Amino acid sequence: MKFPVPHDVKAKTIPGTEGWERMYPYQYQFVTDDPVRNQYEKETFWFYDGLHYPEPLYPFDTIWDEAWYLALSQYNNRIFQVPPVRGVDHRIINGYVYISPVPVKDPEEVGRRVPNFMERAGFYFKNWDALEAKWKKKMEATIRELEALDIPRLPELEDMSVVTEALGESKGFHLIKAYDDLINLGIKCWQYHFEFLNLGYAAYVFFLDFTQKLFPNIPLQRVTQMISGIDVIMYQSDEELKKLARKAIELGVVEAVTFSKEWTEVEQALQKLPKGKEWLAALERVRNPWFHISTGTGWYHHDRSWNDNMNVPLSGIQTYVEKVQKGLSIERPMQKVRDERDRITAEYRALIDKPEDRKQFDELLGCAKTVFPYVENHLFYVEHWFHSIFWNKMREVAAIMKEHGMIADIEDIWYLRRDEIKQALWDVVTAWATGVTPRGTKTWPAEIEWRKGVMQKFREWKAPPAIGTAPEVIQEPFTIVLWGVTNKSLADWAAVQEVKDPATITELKGFAGSPGVTKGRARVCRTVDEIRQLQEGEILVAPTTSPSWAPAFAKIGACVTDVGGVMSHAAIVCREYGMPAVVGTGHATKIIKTGMMLRVDGSTGGVSIAR
Amino acid sequence: MAAPLVRWFEECTKASVPLVGGKCASLGELMHAGVRVPPGFALTTEGYRRFMAAGSLAHEVQLRLRSLDVNDLEALERASASVREAIEAQPYSLEMEDAIAESYRKLSVRCCMPALPVAVRSSATAEDLPGASFAGQQDTYLWIRGADEVLQHVRRCMSSLYTARAIGYRAAKGFRHDDVAISVGVQKMAQSSTAGVMFTLHPATGDRSVIVIDSNYGFGESVVSGEVTPDHFVVNKVTLDILERTISTKELYYTVDPKSQRSRAFEVPFERQKVQSLVDDEITELAWMGKQIEKHYGHPVDIEWAVDKRLPSGGNLFILQARPETVWSRKSRPAARPEGAAGSAIDYIVSGMLAGKRLG
Repeated sequence: MKFPVPHDVKAKTIPGTEGWERMYPYQYQFVTDDPVRNQYEKETFWFYDGLHYPEPLYPFDTIWDEAWYLALSQYNNRIFQVPPVRGVDHRIINGYVYISPVPVKDPEEVGRRVPNFMERAGFYFKNWDALEAKWKKKMEATIRELEALDIPRLPELEDMSVVTEALGESKGFHLIKAYDDLINLGIKCWQYHFEFLNLGYAAYVFFLDFTQKLFPNIPLQRVTQMISGIDVIMYQSDEELKKLARKAIELGVVEAVTFSKEWTEVEQALQKLPKGKEWLAALERVRNPWFHISTGTGWYHHDRSWNDNMNVPLSGIQTYVEKVQKGLSIERPMQKVRDERDRITAEYRALIDKPEDRKQFDELLGCAKTVFPYVENHLFYVEHWFHSIFWNKMREVAAIMKEHGMIADIEDIWYLRRDEIKQALWDVVTAWATGVTPRGTKTWPAEIEWRKGVMQKFREWKAPPAIGTAPEVIQEPFTIVLWGVTNKSLADWAAVQEVKDPATITELKGFAGSPGVTKGRARVCRTVDEIRQLQEGEILVAPTTSPSWAPAFAKIGACVTDVGGVMSHAAIVCREYGMPAVVGTGHATKIIKTGMMLRVDGSTGGVSIAR
Repeated sequence: MAAPLVRWFEECTKASVPLVGGKCASLGELMHAGVRVPPGFALTTEGYRRFMAAGSLAHEVQLRLRSLDVNDLEALERASASVREAIEAQPYSLEMEDAIAESYRKLSVRCCMPALPVAVRSSATAEDLPGASFAGQQDTYLWIRGADEVLQHVRRCMSSLYTARAIGYRAAKGFRHDDVAISVGVQKMAQSSTAGVMFTLHPATGDRSVIVIDSNYGFGESVVSGEVTPDHFVVNKVTLDILERTISTKELYYTVDPKSQRSRAFEVPFERQKVQSLVDDEITELAWMGKQIEKHYGHPVDIEWAVDKRLPSGGNLFILQARPETVWSRKSRPAARPEGAAGSAIDYIVSGMLAGKRLG
């Protein structure tokens, strides 16, 4: 399979973006001045991580990419020593992240890694529940620390107490330190993020692998169906919206809750009603932590949380109120999902001929079910709860930068790398201490304006799904389950690339994410804000989905995504709702237009477009 | 009480193999399991024995086979031809002719069709007598109409116990020719618009979680004989989803020639060659039937089936034949679990990582 050479792609610089490299860490660049590294990069297969980055990275937001570059790789390679894979290497072109798993090529080295992995990963698997309980404590402590972190403003004159208590430290120093603490908390949180994740995925992947050995023709989604129907806290926020919808009906405040899409208007109306106040109090009780839900994946600063943009949870509540009033069920049909899960599990199990295979099946299924809640729940703790607070703390830092004339607007801070912000803060505090103007007040605003233009051009650029040299087979299990990269998907992506006119494409292939066939009109939603436009029974076409998209699933007839494997959010939720999903199509949002008639076959992974 | 000369399929169960052979017994068994099978009856092995015992037939057969050198293939062929000729020339006793003709008449009445077209097939009594099973494989006569034709083809099926190959085999194994017997099934011909075969496991991988269906227009002959590349469907046995469909270019099909009233090959009209020969609902229903049949027998089966499109859907699928699947059942599939591993999850995870088994 032929994919473009990374350096050729990079060499075609978009006019007006020359010098964009300085917006990202230098080690993320594809290089031409180091022959050894250049050769390695050419021979390596890189795929675009559209799962996490549906749009180009802002310089500051690169922090999470650096964080997981470190965390995933260290756990794989230095802590558990996954025998055949080291870490996952990263590069950036035009703001888009490309990643590549690094294999251990020497079989003897692989062998030497085995006992370490057995001992270390074995310890985690054996003590999973106890260690997970510990993890929750560590994570909650980290979030509390973040909430408590004070980002001090710089006073004209330090408080008298600095003198009387002989503190010996200034707010200038505290500001620098608070920024460091903030960044370190973020990095630490991401250390925890991967503590269980690789092992969790390994448990999944090898349950899949074993079941496919037993039943070579079993669809992947049937295997994942065997681990469905397990309640996890990642769905709790959505449940809270449903409770509030029911409460609005119970208290008779539906009119006030639904008359406007603007939260501020709804809130005002409710304040005037005694029952409305009761409802607002109920809402207030669940906002922390359940509304610390990002409206995106949580990976971008502009993915504001429900708490920041109350219109989003309001819209969810309104959808549920409407459904209940129409007499429709808003429950996820959990019992049905569980019954079906148990039925198919029992039927497959009964088809296993050998008792030792049946035992192995039971062991692996048990293990996959044990890890499932973590694999889902870590998202709530890290990407949603922690990130929601983190972005706002950064906005406090930005407010100080703005106050000192370093940036024109709070939201400009994301155009700076985290180390540039540290430098700029030094500029601010030294100038503040000295009583002069920071040098950056003249340099950063202009640079930021230029970067805004660059980012806009990046957004218009179409990142190829894969570059470099595709291997004969894709073996790295995480890549397959999470990113949906397989030989087949690559071939399909390559095939679409070869089609000159996307307006002639009538068939898209992806992963069979959730079974069933349905027909309907497409609604392309690139962000969660757009899901409000969804009409009952439409087919949602999205780059990828995240938990704050949950209310959308109560309306739609099926879902199609660009990126994701059978364990991606859209696939999991569609299975819970029992509706078809085709995930990881590579290009659906680029080819499908709102209003097109689609036929989605979630059992085979096909999407047909009626033209 | 003497054993009967004929038996209706619904009177047969798997215990009836000595009387009506494997094929007919299995059809009875399927009927009892609630599977839709075209009705019919069997001339029993008792009927066969009495037919062979009548007149001087047995003596003549013996005479023709006495001092035969089975290694002389030409002589063997000659002997076979002459034995079969003698059998096919032997008149029925009045009683037997009556029994067969009357059963055929009743079958026609039952199916509301005068001179009902039937399939006449030999049904061997024992799998461990391959001589018999050779015969069983060979002799199927389709689209037989009228009592005289039925009687004639029943005789031909009986004579199929004396093909050259069957004679040679018995001689080599030391079986006595008059120890073996055969039954003949007379079954309503499914007027199939589409027909084919179905396996309740994947013939290529042995995967028991799928059902594989091959189908073509017309009678199943074109699929069984391999004369065409049939449409190919893989269905999930657990959920009955259609997992794969391969639509082939089907150039010919078998159906009855209205002039000669015989089954023969016809060319598939060009515009239908690439059309799916079974609709999705039929595929699902068929797979569901396959699943029930496997459940009834307790092991994988291969099945011949037909769709009669003149009948309303939901009642137009018929099972013509079901036998135990033999290839994978005899093979001992290696355990999926790696040898010597302790069977815990992490053992498997490690060995899986080391093997670098690909997915997807």
